[in-house]
Amino acid sequence: MEANKVRESQIMKIHYLTGIAALVVVAVHIMMRLIMPYNLSLEYENVIANYHNMPYAFLLESMLVLIAIHGFNGLRIILLEMRQSKAWESGVTILTIAAMIAIIGYGTRTIIVANGLEMG
Amino acid sequence: MTDTIEKLERLDKKRSKEHKEKEILRSSITLKILRANRAANEPAHYDTIEVPVQRSTTVLDALLWAKGYKDHSIGIRYSCRMASCGSCGMKINGIPRLACYTKVSELSGDTITCEPLSNFPHIRDLVTDFSQFFEHHKNMQPYIQNENADIKDPAKLSEFMQSPEDVDKFLQFSYCIKCGCCYAACPTVAMDTKFPGPQALAQMYRYFADTRDTAVEKRMEIVDDRHGLFRCHFAGSCSSVCPKGVDPALGIQLLRGHMLGYSSNEKKIAELKERLKK
Amino acid sequence: MAPSYIYKVCTGGEEVLMEAIDRNNREGIKGWLNPSRYGAERISYWLQRLTGVGLLGYFIGHVYETSSLTNGPDAWAAMLELTQTPMGHMILLLVIGMSTFHSANGIRLIFTQGGKGLGKPGRPDYPYDAVSLNYRQKSGIWIALILAAAAMMYGASVLFGGE
Repeated sequence: MEANKVRESQIMKIHYLTGIAALVVVAVHIMMRLIMPYNLSLEYENVIANYHNMPYAFLLESMLVLIAIHGFNGLRIILLEMRQSKAWESGVTILTIAAMIAIIGYGTRTIIVANGLEMG
Repeated sequence: MTDTIEKLERLDKKRSKEHKEKEILRSSITLKILRANRAANEPAHYDTIEVPVQRSTTVLDALLWAKGYKDHSIGIRYSCRMASCGSCGMKINGIPRLACYTKVSELSGDTITCEPLSNFPHIRDLVTDFSQFFEHHKNMQPYIQNENADIKDPAKLSEFMQSPEDVDKFLQFSYCIKCGCCYAACPTVAMDTKFPGPQALAQMYRYFADTRDTAVEKRMEIVDDRHGLFRCHFAGSCSSVCPKGVDPALGIQLLRGHMLGYSSNEKKIAELKERLKK
Repeated sequence: MAPSYIYKVCTGGEEVLMEAIDRNNREGIKGWLNPSRYGAERISYWLQRLTGVGLLGYFIGHVYETSSLTNGPDAWAAMLELTQTPMGHMILLLVIGMSTFHSANGIRLIFTQGGKGLGKPGRPDYPYDAVSLNYRQKSGIWIALILAAAAMMYGASVLFGGE
């Protein structure tokens, strides 16, 4: 309980900061789809080339982390408001953190593997 | 000064014109009242009662007429009839309002639906239980805390010095009559039983902003909880239904500004004046 | 016997018996689903939540969608065939609108929830219009909606109009 008490304002500061940062990186990510015709940008070679571009791969990774934190914290907030019991609240906290880690892990795997792939 | 008076007069005229335009005059309306005795496990049903009305009839007047002449078993809580006591809060046409402060002529349609306030445990008919609500309020420690003021020794009792500007910072929030309309309108309260609600949080800001109170850190700690201050999402419903202009949403956001570091937590503390001796 | 809901309610401090609190007459999700009764700020709160949940769903789907890259060009082509359809484009369009609204409205909320742009407390006067529900907030909500519509139109021109 003591730990929860201190943290909520900190969590919300993180929530706001990750929101703003995610907006910036998502804007760059969308622009990357528009520097060439949209359909062309989705072709395997072009997508893999994106992943080979280290600054862009880093941007993808940061986007993954930022949105996962912001999104799953948002979900935690919604779920915490749904029901109030010790079991539910601990369950929600553990589940959202686990989901956050799982999605970051899964996305990172894609970035690492795609970074090592040969152009098609 | 004259300019201000003229401006106020113009505003008054505009408001009265708008009010007249919106006014709906009828000779009678139908009250649709939710009836149920929860202790007897009665299922809820609606009773409809035709009530004669005049231009100035309030919903409370109409309910009391129905109770006096048609069905004296209607359960209703009221006291002052002038929006001072906060007893007659209920959902009128789906929106939490004070029955004594809502004129029938303001409401559209020929039927006026009266239901108990949402989010409060229902007791009977239009009466709800306020214990949870008051408990949340109490948790906010709604009293001045100042370690320099010795209230135990009458000889040392003295007065705080506050300027009108200092008073303006919290006065608005101290007009709360605890009618529960904001609590019934809040979408977070609708689901989260641990959330203190707009009334309690606005009262927390009322004491937080008061220059006589020194318990700044302690107050922030109380509401910095996973079901505390940050579960307000500024839906603004509390402020839109408040019949006293307390604007709880404003107080909550201002308090959050302090907690997030947008506003400084350094506040001027009111000086204690030595007791004047005759 | 005392009613079951009279327990010490706790925000901070020790955990107490709120689990047993009486939920009787709480509006619950039903009240939340109807945002039309209380004005623009309530609708914006509702949309912010819905778009947030929608975007999280899309984010998870998108991470899964892009993971097909790791299985080679054929798997990627198969995934594109599944997602780059008129239906897939409609979903993308909705995502564009949702993310624009959520971002623009979110920026407004970051200021608002810190007490900025709300006005100052004062002495309330009849008819007690709340200063916090002011034109700045309402225009912020409208700007977010207009930006979302504009982004969706641009998105439609790219997704449906391009080669």
